[in-house]
Amino acid sequence: MRATGVVKRFGEREALRGVSLEAGPGELVAIIGPNGAGKTTLLSILAGIARPDEGEVASADGAVGWVPQQAALYRRLTVEENLLLFARLEGREDPRASTEEMLELTGLGDRRGEIVARLSGGNQQRINIAIGLLSRPAVLLLDEPSVGLDPRQRARLWDFVSALAGSGTTVIFSTHDIQEAERYGGRVLVLADGESLFDGSAKGLREAVRSEAPEAADRDFETAFVAYLHHRGH
Amino acid sequence: MRGVRWLLLKDLQILRRSPLQAMLLVAYPILIAVLVGFAISREPGDPRVAFLNEVPPNTRINVGGEELPKANVREQVCKRVECVFVEDREEAREKVASGDVLAALILPANLVNKINSLSTLTPGVPAVEVLVNEENAVKAELVDDRITTLLAEANLRIARRIGNEGGRYLGLIVNGGGFEILGETVPILGLRASARILEQVTPTLPPKLRPALREVTQFATQARDNLDVAKPLIDRLAQPIAVEKVVVGGDSPPLEIFAIAVAATLTLAFVVVLLVAGSLALEREENAFSRLTRGLVSSGGLLAEKVLLGVVVGLVVTLLMLFGMQVFSPLELGRVPLWLVAILFSAAALGAAGAALGAAAREVRAVSLLAFMVTLPIALLSLVPSGAVGPGAFDAIRIVTALFPFKPALEAIAAAIDEAGSGIGGPLLHLTVLFAAYAAIARVALRRFATI
Repeated sequence: MRATGVVKRFGEREALRGVSLEAGPGELVAIIGPNGAGKTTLLSILAGIARPDEGEVASADGAVGWVPQQAALYRRLTVEENLLLFARLEGREDPRASTEEMLELTGLGDRRGEIVARLSGGNQQRINIAIGLLSRPAVLLLDEPSVGLDPRQRARLWDFVSALAGSGTTVIFSTHDIQEAERYGGRVLVLADGESLFDGSAKGLREAVRSEAPEAADRDFETAFVAYLHHRGH
Repeated sequence: MRGVRWLLLKDLQILRRSPLQAMLLVAYPILIAVLVGFAISREPGDPRVAFLNEVPPNTRINVGGEELPKANVREQVCKRVECVFVEDREEAREKVASGDVLAALILPANLVNKINSLSTLTPGVPAVEVLVNEENAVKAELVDDRITTLLAEANLRIARRIGNEGGRYLGLIVNGGGFEILGETVPILGLRASARILEQVTPTLPPKLRPALREVTQFATQARDNLDVAKPLIDRLAQPIAVEKVVVGGDSPPLEIFAIAVAATLTLAFVVVLLVAGSLALEREENAFSRLTRGLVSSGGLLAEKVLLGVVVGLVVTLLMLFGMQVFSPLELGRVPLWLVAILFSAAALGAAGAALGAAAREVRAVSLLAFMVTLPIALLSLVPSGAVGPGAFDAIRIVTALFPFKPALEAIAAAIDEAGSGIGGPLLHLTVLFAAYAAIARVALRRFATI
């Protein structure tokens, strides 16, 4: 997945200012930044939902899976009905086989007949991701996937996502949790006010923070990161 | 179109899984059908009116010293209303105040004397008393209409009777005959016979007297001829203006057919508009909209699926209702193909209007309220007949109702049900234009309000 010089404007406001990103197979890329940084806008452009005003986006063969921030599924249908519906809409050759595969992947096979509204937020998010995977995408885009989940559900979610990356899927996710990005992101892209401030490893980000905001270097990473953003004018 | 099929199946699954919603969709048309059915299959009940007759028995209306036959006022009044006979004014007042009766009609003791005084040199003003309880404006209007009609009929009957008696006396004067007075028959010669006798006598009289006698004969002949003309004039005085109704436009169906068409259209409109608008808003409330329109189904396909859902459910519910109406008022089953055409066109246009509303809102509750707020007033305005409001207001109503599919749907369904109805082509064309317009608005709204 490659994005080059992406610019997106909403009226007078520039939501993205020439952002570039490249991610290879099996890579886990975290996009972090404060609210309004342009994370969701960048992901929606990568997903093909929105069009950039300038710049280019290209992906290698294979569909791009999209998992929106809020679970996009039908709460009055069962787990199985949701998966089957989207498998049919995706045009899978054998929708039932795809459904079974996803039920196994999410570990929700024994709850297939349950109405989604009765599931926990974590389980709903697992189905949300599974729907994004139905097209067997080479790239999976996750918009703040852990929002609203408790620590245990988060841990399960990241195990699941890491396993996907381990099997060769490119995973790009957004988060405003710096520790989550540091822990799970093999690479980190920092956005603030639509501007790309950093693109590199989590370790590299720590070093950048330390060098640009030395007064906060001894404090926790989140505080140091906020000081770093402040130093960069955000 | 593959996606449309699966989405339609999904929406029907969701509908089935919402028992309250599904039950309402079935119960609503049945309830409306039963209510309308009862309303059109029952004669309107006569209003209950307390009746107090204080006129002494055997008092008769007198014309020219001659008593008219008994008027049977009580029987005449009680033919038109359900009479509740009361003993005195206090009882009448209590019954009106408690709402037990709509009004009380009191014939005062001096009523006949006052009527009789009309033919004297000192005429009085005959009056009946009416007690009413105007607890609300609608009831007040109803009472006024009923009592005014009742009194107009009573006045007409009395005037006719007086006219008949007057005509009889004129006949006696012109043609002669027997006149009953104090149990004896007095022969009346009459103008016609008088003139004939005078003409016969004239040649036998001295020539000097003949001119004077000819003048008398001429007067008798002229009086006879003029009084002959007076009789129909007296008859017309009772009802000087006759009504000749000529229908020049508005080929309206019979009232019961119109009532069925209104009930069916109202059901169809609410079911389709609310369902389409709600299910479209649900896609966004469930956050599925962006996922669906990201290549799984086009926005046009999504709109088509929602309209199709409305058409399918609307068709079933409306047919259920129309067949339910068969119990109360048999409809011509040979016209079922026309019913289908009218319902399909109506449901499609109403569905497109619902989609336009649904595309503009994100929440099902908000869009349901919006759909209700739009549909109900438009439906009520569509039933306002010309002449009921001022010309300017009616023109405005006509424009507003022409912009929403309710009125053409009502016209199409009425034409489809009514055997002698006017053409269905005009309303179908109107519905087609509205369908195209609302579908275009819905597409624009979906694009405009689509959020990531």
